[in-house]
Amino acid sequence: MKNVSTVIPCYAADTSGVCSALYEYGGMTVVHDASGCNSTYSTHDEPRWYDKRSMIYISALTELDAVMGNDEKLIEDIVSAAKDQHPAFIALCGSPMPMMTGFDYRAVAEDIQHRTGIPTFGLETNGTRSYVSGASMALKALVKEFVREMPKDSYDGLTYNILGATPLDFGLTGTVESIVKEFGGQGARFISGIGMGSTLEDIRKAASAKVDLVVSYCGLAAAKYMEKEFGIPYVCGVPVGNSRQLRECLSEMERSARDGRSSLAPVLRGKSRDKKADKAVIGEAVLAGSIAREWSLLTASGVDVICPPDADEEYIADKKDLPLYAEEDIKAYLRENGIKTVIADPLYRYVVPECCGLIELPHFAFSGRCFARNMTGLVGKDLRALWGIK
Amino acid sequence: MLKTLAYDRPPSVKLGDAPRGDFFAGGLEYNPPARGVWNIVHTGMLIPECHEIFACAQGCLRGVILTAAEMNAIERMSWISVSEQDMFDGTLESDVVEGVSEIIEGLPYRPRAVLLYLSCIHLFAGCDFDIIIGQLSEKFPDIDFSDCYMTPTMRKTISPDAKMRAQLYNALKPVDIDPRSVNILGNDRPTDEQSEFVRVIKENGFTLKDLTACRTYDEYLDMAGSAVNIAYLPTAKFGCDELSERLGTKALYLPNSFDYDEIRANMAKLCETLGIACPDLSHEEQAAEKALAKAAKALGDIPIAIDFTAVTQPFGLAKLLVEHGFNVKYIINDTLGEDGAAFDRLKELAPDITIFSAVNVNMLHFPEEDHEHIVAVGQKAAHYFDTDYFVNIVQNGGYYGFTGIAALAALIEEAAEAPKDRRKLISHKGIGCESCL
Repeated sequence: MKNVSTVIPCYAADTSGVCSALYEYGGMTVVHDASGCNSTYSTHDEPRWYDKRSMIYISALTELDAVMGNDEKLIEDIVSAAKDQHPAFIALCGSPMPMMTGFDYRAVAEDIQHRTGIPTFGLETNGTRSYVSGASMALKALVKEFVREMPKDSYDGLTYNILGATPLDFGLTGTVESIVKEFGGQGARFISGIGMGSTLEDIRKAASAKVDLVVSYCGLAAAKYMEKEFGIPYVCGVPVGNSRQLRECLSEMERSARDGRSSLAPVLRGKSRDKKADKAVIGEAVLAGSIAREWSLLTASGVDVICPPDADEEYIADKKDLPLYAEEDIKAYLRENGIKTVIADPLYRYVVPECCGLIELPHFAFSGRCFARNMTGLVGKDLRALWGIK
Repeated sequence: MLKTLAYDRPPSVKLGDAPRGDFFAGGLEYNPPARGVWNIVHTGMLIPECHEIFACAQGCLRGVILTAAEMNAIERMSWISVSEQDMFDGTLESDVVEGVSEIIEGLPYRPRAVLLYLSCIHLFAGCDFDIIIGQLSEKFPDIDFSDCYMTPTMRKTISPDAKMRAQLYNALKPVDIDPRSVNILGNDRPTDEQSEFVRVIKENGFTLKDLTACRTYDEYLDMAGSAVNIAYLPTAKFGCDELSERLGTKALYLPNSFDYDEIRANMAKLCETLGIACPDLSHEEQAAEKALAKAAKALGDIPIAIDFTAVTQPFGLAKLLVEHGFNVKYIINDTLGEDGAAFDRLKELAPDITIFSAVNVNMLHFPEEDHEHIVAVGQKAAHYFDTDYFVNIVQNGGYYGFTGIAALAALIEEAAEAPKDRRKLISHKGIGCESCL
């Protein structure tokens, strides 16, 4: 069965994606759920929870309120909390139970906004999809609410936003800061981080950028929205490794800013087309694809990219990714395609065939806190030593 | 200190003004980063040679799988994820049966028992759990299947924790009763061997069985032969009553109290049930008094905060400490539990004690406020009062009776003397379990 796992974990869910994406912007995120979602998120999906406070709460839904459809209680509770906490915005998402009862997120969000005067958006999560889906809709909603058309930054060089970075993919490794530093050294000016690394005030200026850099599919929906509304093109990719990929990524962004065409150019996707792969990377599509490209260049070999976290087909319609989700499918793919080495989270050791090597790269959205201490930033680093390449 | 009057829903109330029952209006809830309390995964793993299988949505699965991963037990857990489509296409039961079968056949070992957990959405959709268990039992007759529940939405009916502590003993079947054998049920750590409670049982020649001490599945099954089942945690009472009724054995609920009269009454009840003379407990009582006096002297006026995760009777402990000269100023607890009598008495003794909610949204920034130097009993108290001087236990820490009071007094004294690594300790999920962190 496709939805069965004997041993490996599942990825963080859509509700965690929403919470993670909105964590740093002074809003209040409410997960309509009994109790488990917030505990799971704050324990296993949120490395900032201990040190940095954010207004992320659950509704404490009860059986009676679910059966009776007592939405008024939720609304009153949110209005009360907003009165006490003064959030910049309110986001409401939910777990499987509201899905079962047909809870109307948009209507309730409108009601709350009407009563509080605070921008409120309902995000239709249901706990059955991955964090990519949740973070994606959250960031798009954030952009829709707070980014308005404005003149381009007067700076002559490249100006850009970084979209889709959350600790779920990048941990607390300083990836956004590293990109900003490396690009800054090449004369590019950072406007905002839509996901992490900025404030809401920074995000309000996002439309002044000339290009968006999408570092995970979590940022793709927001990037497409900005492309459509503000004419800002996007480039998908993470400039992992030392100067080569950094230069390529930057030059792709400059090209994109010039001609207005978006691209996923610096990223490998799905099955290797150039040459048969004996290597594979497992993870979120954009980050894993960027790692695969660097690995491919360093070793002059084909690298396949397997991306188990499901993303919305609406935004990735070309079906070039390899979204293997089930433990048995991943196992079979590695075995049947003669993959000799894999870069993946350490917990994939349970599905990697015996004859196949595993280069461990902890992924917070997969193994949570288990290997967080071993997470490392990949931007601006020579990865040969890390990956055992001579 | 928190300016609670400014809030629409204040997170604190003076004990003198606190109602019986729920102390605070319900609302949105915050989750503080104190992880020591056990959850249903930790509890289920107590059964040797068992395998846990969870069937639920990805969001719910995530927390339980990573609980197992962090406790180095991921190989003892599998899962079946439920999609939107599964909920409405009439395959709820068959999906679970097929999924569990596939998992069992793919495991590198043969479990003696499978704890199968369904979730809120299954119950809400009217999933027939009996059919699932029946079909699986028929298909795998060498495995004991237990229906278990991850149903937080139904927590007001029965808490998932209490239900889990009942389902733990599902596989126990009626066997010949050994009148000289006694069980302690539903606790997640061994009871202190030095306690008068354990000593009176063992010193009178009874065999004491406890799941926390079982090393094999057969040892666990042997618990069915005990003549008396004892629970002392509130969340264990339901399971104790249920098992005793099913096996036709005696159930005893002896709450873990800090009241001297109740401790003596509990011991008398235990001895009467076992048909033995009740020992003279004056030595233990004196030792408790001595330890309390020593700790009270060591702490002086240092304020104490107690939370409900550390002890099952926080008002009972507060009353005991106040009566012995400690400066108890704060209690973190949202709802009155089984220590109603202590609550009432404490209202008269120390009405100025402030009760704080553990989950109220306005507690979010409470740790960053200016706090005086506080000794905390419990992880949540340590977090909220921003102190490294704390007693790191959950659910009484295995201590019981007069000896438990003496031990707790010593722990409070020790907490006041030396700071702990708070971040590390309270981040560890499930005190007493292994951790890969």
